[in-house]
Amino acid sequence: MQNTRTYAIESNDLSIHYGTFTAVRGVNLKIERQKITAIIGPSGCGKSTLLRSFNRMNDFVPGCYATGELLLQGQNLYSKDIDPVEVRRKIGMVFQKPNPFPKSIYENIAWGARINGFKGKMDDLVEQSLRSAALWEEVKDKLQESAYALSGGQQQRLCIARTIAIQPEIILMDEPASALDPISTLRIEELMQELKKNYTILIVTHNMQQAARASDYTAMMMIDDQRAGGVIEFDETKSIFTRPKDKRTEDYVTGRFG
Amino acid sequence: MIRKTFESDIQQVKDEVIALGSMVEHAIISSVEALKKRDIKAAERIIAEDKEINKKRFAIENQLMILIATQQPMAHDLRLLASTMEIISELERMGDYAKGIANINMRMGEESLLKPLIDVPRMAQKGADMLHRALTAFVHEDVATAQALPVEDDEVDALYNQIYRELMVFVIEDPKNIERANWLLWVAHNLERFADRVTNICERTIFIATGEFGEIKSSDDEFWKSQKK
Repeated sequence: MQNTRTYAIESNDLSIHYGTFTAVRGVNLKIERQKITAIIGPSGCGKSTLLRSFNRMNDFVPGCYATGELLLQGQNLYSKDIDPVEVRRKIGMVFQKPNPFPKSIYENIAWGARINGFKGKMDDLVEQSLRSAALWEEVKDKLQESAYALSGGQQQRLCIARTIAIQPEIILMDEPASALDPISTLRIEELMQELKKNYTILIVTHNMQQAARASDYTAMMMIDDQRAGGVIEFDETKSIFTRPKDKRTEDYVTGRFG
Repeated sequence: MIRKTFESDIQQVKDEVIALGSMVEHAIISSVEALKKRDIKAAERIIAEDKEINKKRFAIENQLMILIATQQPMAHDLRLLASTMEIISELERMGDYAKGIANINMRMGEESLLKPLIDVPRMAQKGADMLHRALTAFVHEDVATAQALPVEDDEVDALYNQIYRELMVFVIEDPKNIERANWLLWVAHNLERFADRVTNICERTIFIATGEFGEIKSSDDEFWKSQKK
């Protein structure tokens, strides 16, 4: 278990099944702490399924179950005695489309913290979270306005602020910028570089340039002949995009496949 | 093929590199021919043609930049485009060696050659031949040839050593020979450097194909070692 100390999270032979169908097979990943790890691969290769399995979001899908291990500080998150709600508190998630609550900007941050039993000064937490998400300057004078009044890019940063208000250890991002314009996209990527000083980030992206620009490590996924997705290459991002070892990674990152 | 347009753009760049290489090959051979015949008109022409070499190099560089900006090359494509940038700059400088020889030819004015040129044309021929094969290896990403070619640089170095010694004898015999010996030494040095740069092109080819950086061997080091004694 000594090894897991340097990694934020680690999977051992992790597979995700939907009933009799195996969607993701045998993933062994060691995700380094305070780094950004990107998961790339063609559509339908199981990237999102894998990402969602990291905070047991797949529990909501009927018939979906995991085998193998997912270790957070040496503890298997798929053990019977683990509370998935607690998992999701430690491992937050940001989705493809910004999904703020239909409440004020302030409440979007405060609500989750409150039900998680936050006892400190709420105003401070809201400000701190919004600052960390690089949104404070833009919204500090309209905290009571509806979150829906914000632009898409601002809403996404609000969702990130909401996630970090809970003080998770890991943040999962599923295509967090695919619904945003290029400037908002770059803003999210810049923000990720700030966030990794305190958090470990895992991001699924279809945008290879984004993975190349924004991540430290990249996992390349691909389906096998039984349509089960798996990680075929995992390396430092700079290696994946300049000298990948697997021919299939080469074909994918150069745009010859997928 | 998903990236048909990009593939054909890459092929076009490779064709242009070959064209640039042919210009450089032609320049080095004719610069020595002109010197041998003391043909000043030809020397002038070579100097003018060097401007065309430079122009073509910049045109290819521009093509490469546009591809990098618009196609976001990755992995092998990225290595190819970045290395081609290096290769064209090597070619441009190799063209400068030919221009340098043409310049010497002009500066010699009415003076005759100190000795008939035997080994100097051999050096030029060998260098041009190596360049030709290095660029063919580049186009086909032929790693075996790219690895083997630099060894042939030893032949060029041996010719250089021989010319160097001969010229020293002339100088020792009569100090009046110093200037004319110096001109020829300069010519031989340009040819020696010309062949060295073929090695750099081969190193790039290996990098494009394998992703491995590496110096094949530094013939320069060998040369200076041999001069020490």
